[in-house]
Amino acid sequence: MNWLSWLLSGFLATLALSTLLATSQGLGLTRMNLPYLMGTFITPQREKAKFYGFFIHLLNGWIFSILYVLVFEARHMANWWFGALLGLAQALFVLTVGMSLMPSAHPRMASEQHGPNANRQLEPPGFMALHYGIQTPVSVFIAHAVFGAILGSLYQLAR
Amino acid sequence: MGPTDRTLSSAWPEIQDYGIIGDCRSAALVSRSGSIDWLCWPRFDASSIFAALLDRERGGFWRISPVGPATVSRQYIQDSNVLESHFATQSGGAILTDMMPGASNSLHRNDFLPDHEILRKVTCDSGEVEFDIEFSPVADYGRTKVQIRDFGKLGLKFTVGRGVYWLRSSTALSITDERARAHVVLRCGESMRFSFSYSEEAPAVLRPLDPSLDTRVDHAIEAWQHWGRRANYEGDYRTAVIRSALTLKLLTYAPTGAIIAAPTTSLPERIGGGLNWDYRYCWLRDASFTIRALLELGYWDEAEDFLDWMLQATRLTQPRLRVLYSLYGDKTPVERELEHLSGYRESRPVRIGNAAREQLQLDVYGEVIDAAAQFAFHGGHLDREMQKALIGFGNYVAQNWDQPDEGIWEPRFRRENHTHSRLLCWTAMDRLVRLVERGKLRGAPIERYKRESDSIRHQIEERAWNESMQSYVSVLDGQELDASLLLLSWYGFADAGSPRMRSTYHAIRRQLGTSNGLLFRYRREMPEGTFALCSFWEAEYLALGGGSLDEARQRFAQLMEYQNDLGLYGEEIDPITGAALGNFPQAFTHVGLIGAALSINQREKGEQQLAHRPPAATPHLTSQVRA
Repeated sequence: MNWLSWLLSGFLATLALSTLLATSQGLGLTRMNLPYLMGTFITPQREKAKFYGFFIHLLNGWIFSILYVLVFEARHMANWWFGALLGLAQALFVLTVGMSLMPSAHPRMASEQHGPNANRQLEPPGFMALHYGIQTPVSVFIAHAVFGAILGSLYQLAR
Repeated sequence: MGPTDRTLSSAWPEIQDYGIIGDCRSAALVSRSGSIDWLCWPRFDASSIFAALLDRERGGFWRISPVGPATVSRQYIQDSNVLESHFATQSGGAILTDMMPGASNSLHRNDFLPDHEILRKVTCDSGEVEFDIEFSPVADYGRTKVQIRDFGKLGLKFTVGRGVYWLRSSTALSITDERARAHVVLRCGESMRFSFSYSEEAPAVLRPLDPSLDTRVDHAIEAWQHWGRRANYEGDYRTAVIRSALTLKLLTYAPTGAIIAAPTTSLPERIGGGLNWDYRYCWLRDASFTIRALLELGYWDEAEDFLDWMLQATRLTQPRLRVLYSLYGDKTPVERELEHLSGYRESRPVRIGNAAREQLQLDVYGEVIDAAAQFAFHGGHLDREMQKALIGFGNYVAQNWDQPDEGIWEPRFRRENHTHSRLLCWTAMDRLVRLVERGKLRGAPIERYKRESDSIRHQIEERAWNESMQSYVSVLDGQELDASLLLLSWYGFADAGSPRMRSTYHAIRRQLGTSNGLLFRYRREMPEGTFALCSFWEAEYLALGGGSLDEARQRFAQLMEYQNDLGLYGEEIDPITGAALGNFPQAFTHVGLIGAALSINQREKGEQQLAHRPPAATPHLTSQVRA
């Protein structure tokens, strides 16, 4: 594995992912604010949550990119379309499995079964995160495809 | 579903039958029957989600009302903006509490909060009371139906544009078409709780409806009371002054410090007529009176925020000033008519946006400069940017004061040489000179300002004084009167007790006054209501020396009779029925009330009145004018 190449390409791909998701929110395609969602794992204060969440998301994306790089190395193939394909697969996993687990995993998220209480007051994402806007899956798929494509384009396979 | 299915009671509430709740970003109007008939989220000037105020069929509303006849009494919990409506029916009594938690409340700093929220709680305190609950939101001023979906224990949800709205209720609501309903019998000691919230970001915050809701209401009451009781006023009219200050605070857009004229659009100045305007913007004209009220009540932070907003908002157009600005200092939207709405009691058209944005009103320069001068004379610091802006305004006035303009009353037919505009141009020059003399302003061409000040004074005394009428007049060389002439004393141009001012006052009272102590702003063939603010100007004029203290108190007491049961005023008052007319509640009227109360109190105590202005005329000119 080419560690230096992973560090650089993983970082740039994650920045692109964050930018695309933030742009989607700004354009009104989705209400989902991923840094806010992640930051509220550790604090209920909105502004601090967004700040912490940004770094959590950055770190998260960086770590996740290791999986991509491992697949690239295993297949001896790293290019934009293969990366984008992996991105789409990850997005599908996040939207279906990840989002449905969120009310259980997130310490401050309410669920449709129990409703909100003193500790859990955040709106759950629902299937494919559709509670956060009907076009949320579209923006998540696009952002992850771009994430994978950048990673696939920039990562240099180890020799 | 036919349109009649959505219809609220066909009877229109009187305008003064509404109370206001708000969170210093947006506001809702609640009727005596417990119906929220006006709400715009996420901010005052956004499109509506409830607008039954302007159309009983299409507008949308959220009603929690007892079934059958009920006697209603209302109050704000003391010194707060938390509204309580007491319903007494034949079978029992209940209290409806309405409020919007403020996001800036420090008690909630560590709490999750939605962007905006309305909390409603109904408690039966005797016997049993049957309630009808009907929640019928319609987006975009009644144009867009919403699809309400039930998400079980999370509540009911609908989305409009970028926002998601959640209604949470402790009682089950059934959804029929685009509305949610319930019919509930509450017995003594039982209660229902509701939370209606708006969020633009996901995940939205959903607050529980357990007893913690009561704690939140208590915290909000404490926060309002803490703010209200800071008011530095111990006179006879404390209740009215605090209510006015609290209303002014509700009409402040907290993120920028802007203060809107009123939270509504198109409540008519004449029932069934076309004098229907959108007041959800910030008029610079209100600046001087507003700053005076805030400073003298001790609300320094609010005064400073307002001044900052004015100077920031106007940055793009400086040294030119627009008449009105949006909450963020942008140009206000183009005026449009909403033809699909019936208007309040068929008063068409309903307008959004305001065409006054294109007008030239030279008085606004004097208002802004006077506001800054008051701030400085009370000890505030004018930084370099502020000083530069003030000099820019001053130079513009020095160059343009003799131009005709639309003037304070914003007529849409022609420009004229308004005395009030000249007065404020004189005020601009006078205050800049004083700021320089007191070392608060550097780099201003003071000699030029003095020259222009003399010229304006000379013109007013020569051409705005009508010898045959023995009165100042509205327009140079004219014969009409308007109530703004009373402000010649407020700004220090003429002593309130001077022969010219007394004579002008008597002419105004004869021509514009009513037997019940009210004043029209001017005379027009098609009458409108009396102008509440002008009536407070009269009370203040009397307090400033235009009359005796008893006369001022008597006039003020008369005006107190026209507040609604919650202490709120609209823009105008019907001289016959006493009903409120125009947008409601009106910030400027409440500012006028505070001003008159302050001046009366200062005269009672023998204190200096209106510290921002000269006691009479500019000293170096007084002798010249008297000669």
